[in-house]
Amino acid sequence: MGRIRVVKSRDEFEGEIYESLALVEGNDLRAAPSGTELPEIGHARPRIDGTQRVTGRATFTHDIALPGMLHAVILRSPYARARVRAVDAKKALALPGVHDVIHRFNAPKAAFRGEETIFREEVRFVGDEVAAVAADTAGLAHAAIALIAVDYEVLPHVVDLEEAMAENAPKLEADGNVIEAGKLSRGDVRKAFKHADAVIEATYRTSTQLHNSLETHGAVAQWDGEVLTVWESTQHVFGVREGLRAALRLPLTKIRVICDYMGGGFGSKGGVGKYSIVAALLAMRTGRPVRCVLTRREENLAAGNRSATLQTVKLAGADGRITAVEHVSWSNSGQGKWVANPTGPTNTLYDFPNLNTRSYRVVTNAGSLSAFRAPGYVEGTFAIESAIDELADKMGVDPLALRRTHAGKPTDPRTGKPYTLNRILDCYTIGAREIGWSRRKAGGTRGSTPHRRRGLGMASQIWGGGGGPPAYATVHFNADGTVVLRAGTQDIGTGTRTVLAQICADELGIDVGHVSVRIGDTEGPYGPISAGSLTLASVGPAVRLAAKDAREQFLAAAAGVLETPRSELRIERGHVVSRGARTPIADISKKLENNTVIGKGSRFPNPEDTSIKTFGAHFADVEVDVRTGEIFVLKIVAVHDIGRIVNPLTAASQVEGGVVQALGFALSEERIVDRGLGRVMNANLEWYKIPTVADVPEIVVRFVDRPDRKANNLGAKGLGEPPIIPTAAAVANAVANATGARVRHAPMTRARVLEALALAEAGS
Amino acid sequence: MERMPLFRGPDAIDVALDVNGRKVSVRVGPLRSLLDTLRDSLGLTGTKKVCNEGDCGACTVLVDGRPVYSCITLAVACEGRAVETIEGISSNGTLHPVQQAFIEHDAYQCGFCTPGQVMSIVALLRANASPSADDVKRAVTGNLCRCGAYTNIVKAGVAAAKEAKA
Repeated sequence: MGRIRVVKSRDEFEGEIYESLALVEGNDLRAAPSGTELPEIGHARPRIDGTQRVTGRATFTHDIALPGMLHAVILRSPYARARVRAVDAKKALALPGVHDVIHRFNAPKAAFRGEETIFREEVRFVGDEVAAVAADTAGLAHAAIALIAVDYEVLPHVVDLEEAMAENAPKLEADGNVIEAGKLSRGDVRKAFKHADAVIEATYRTSTQLHNSLETHGAVAQWDGEVLTVWESTQHVFGVREGLRAALRLPLTKIRVICDYMGGGFGSKGGVGKYSIVAALLAMRTGRPVRCVLTRREENLAAGNRSATLQTVKLAGADGRITAVEHVSWSNSGQGKWVANPTGPTNTLYDFPNLNTRSYRVVTNAGSLSAFRAPGYVEGTFAIESAIDELADKMGVDPLALRRTHAGKPTDPRTGKPYTLNRILDCYTIGAREIGWSRRKAGGTRGSTPHRRRGLGMASQIWGGGGGPPAYATVHFNADGTVVLRAGTQDIGTGTRTVLAQICADELGIDVGHVSVRIGDTEGPYGPISAGSLTLASVGPAVRLAAKDAREQFLAAAAGVLETPRSELRIERGHVVSRGARTPIADISKKLENNTVIGKGSRFPNPEDTSIKTFGAHFADVEVDVRTGEIFVLKIVAVHDIGRIVNPLTAASQVEGGVVQALGFALSEERIVDRGLGRVMNANLEWYKIPTVADVPEIVVRFVDRPDRKANNLGAKGLGEPPIIPTAAAVANAVANATGARVRHAPMTRARVLEALALAEAGS
Repeated sequence: MERMPLFRGPDAIDVALDVNGRKVSVRVGPLRSLLDTLRDSLGLTGTKKVCNEGDCGACTVLVDGRPVYSCITLAVACEGRAVETIEGISSNGTLHPVQQAFIEHDAYQCGFCTPGQVMSIVALLRANASPSADDVKRAVTGNLCRCGAYTNIVKAGVAAAKEAKA
């Protein structure tokens, strides 16, 4: 190891580039070349925590039950916008078994996302937090919140995106409801439109999608007078710790956050929630552990969503190429202070020479957005990739061929920097072969019944996924030869424990089953949020370096124990091997007794002046019943270029799951809000339609599987987001191919398909 | 011999259940769900609460061998009946073939719906030793999986049946 030094790094998170600092020591390792056979990496391994998951022994936050634990329930605003003038909790407090009630007039200040309290004076959506009760049981707490009298002054509200953009809408922010969030221009768009052979202009809409993680957001807090321990269903234990620090103004040494198993995280569990602060405040006030877990209904009111969008796209074509692009997007961000950028894919996916894009955040009194698996990119890809097909149709060219002329270039069109690797053209080739693109006919083909039409469509995908520092890992050899890997990450269901064990085992030269992985605890080394497809690419390289450091130290110790020169020793399949002898690791550990080898590793910065991206393409084969408007997805071929595949089994699961969630977005999922009342009308799993097993088509998963050796020491990139991005557009393009009808609103419900069919008929 | 009264309640009463082959007695109110009884009174937290209104199947357990949504099953209605949960289907440390198949086929992601999915397929295999993929789909059609692990869940169900017969 050498001296610690500070290096600048550029990392991408949710479509934005950030500069950061990396503290590094020694030198990084180089990624193995393509085609290298590695002992663990690249092999399908069942999850190392599988037994815990299938026996019910895996402990989720919901399952934490502590002696003396109280249950907290939050009173939420029934109004979309109102001023809280007074809160009377006397009746609630008088109920036997109720221990505490907090609200804006008695709760300590607790900063949350730029506001100084978790209970606002002006509640701004149905579901906004007004008060919280701690009681012996959840049932009692629910009964108690019904007894709290709140004096509301009801104010005018607006929940709908397009209504909030109108002149006469209630003004929710000083500068109006529409706030510019991003723009990009290059080339001369006006001139290109003037000289175009073909121009299309279309408006696309996407509805609000609700995360509906099966484990609702929740936390259990325990205060022992010294340390606040919080179990939370989260994608970032360190983020929750930071949020609690800001809210409670405790030093970090007094806050510990734990997330062992967690029941689904698709972006909305990125940091501390008001429920976590409620649990912590009530635990500190009552001296009892407090559990605050949202109900399904609360989950769908106040735990975030993928915002609805309105998008206009205008494209020009000439000489078989796309010559100009205009893409403007408005997102319903609710009360969110941030917005995902739907024009991200338009800005980066192709080498469009003349481009003009703008993105706006629109403030409303609907529940706030939060990141939802490829935020912005799912919505934006639906629009731009639909529009490209519309232009291809007008130009009379094959839509895949049109994309080929603009994709797969060596440099990132937004930054001008070279890609570390871009194999999107391979994705096209593999996908076209698997779906049988050559049999695609303009106008589609006959379906399996007289009323069905069949068609093929495709769409491209771009996303970050390069990860970056800081991320740390340690590897301990115990006295009995067992190995413990600690990393600051958490397994949100993607198989993080397993792939990190594979990386560690690979570098150490031991079996994957011999690595115990301890993650999801702020008492361990720091690790980043599990979001933005960055976990593997951020934490994996640190694990590899920690394992290498541990191996080097262990071999140095073994040299002393065996009285053999270090240079003659290596580790192979759990043994220290020298010329003539094979000694089990455990034998050497036993001799070392409790002299402990501790290896550590940190993530090195990303290479300078490059652009690290993931690419992919989805192909859809669909039938449409032209009488009912029902879309039957027969097959999705999903091809992704994400660098080296560490575990083909869990990687395929990620892609299948992404496609299924994407089909929900494409076909059935839509939050319905009553405009007059501002209430979510389908805040449950009966009326909000997430896909069931019956909705799943044949899904063919293919990977380019070429290591991105410039990106990091594994050559691996992220896969969380890529598979949800292009599916909806591929389906929309297949529907248009099948029927001639262009459905420009996701989800493509039967009503919207029938409307598009009627429009197509009227137009022909 | 003490005689059981004909009518009990309306307040909380002691209910005798057979849970995973063990006789237990729990004091429950008339509206207490089997799910809350299992999780909160008996500490069997393998069974999950997701919607608490019979929409999602995460709380699926077997009552007298048939899969039920335990969130909308009253505990008092299970008096004297055999309740099986995810904690009870492996024996002496040997996983049930369905559990083993779930691991081998990566038939989960976050794992929150897994206990319910497994119990639905266990019930299917008892009724039909050679289910087709469509039979497995029908068996888990009331079990939502937000991570979208359905393809592997169906594969695991079919493979488990073959393994159980072998």
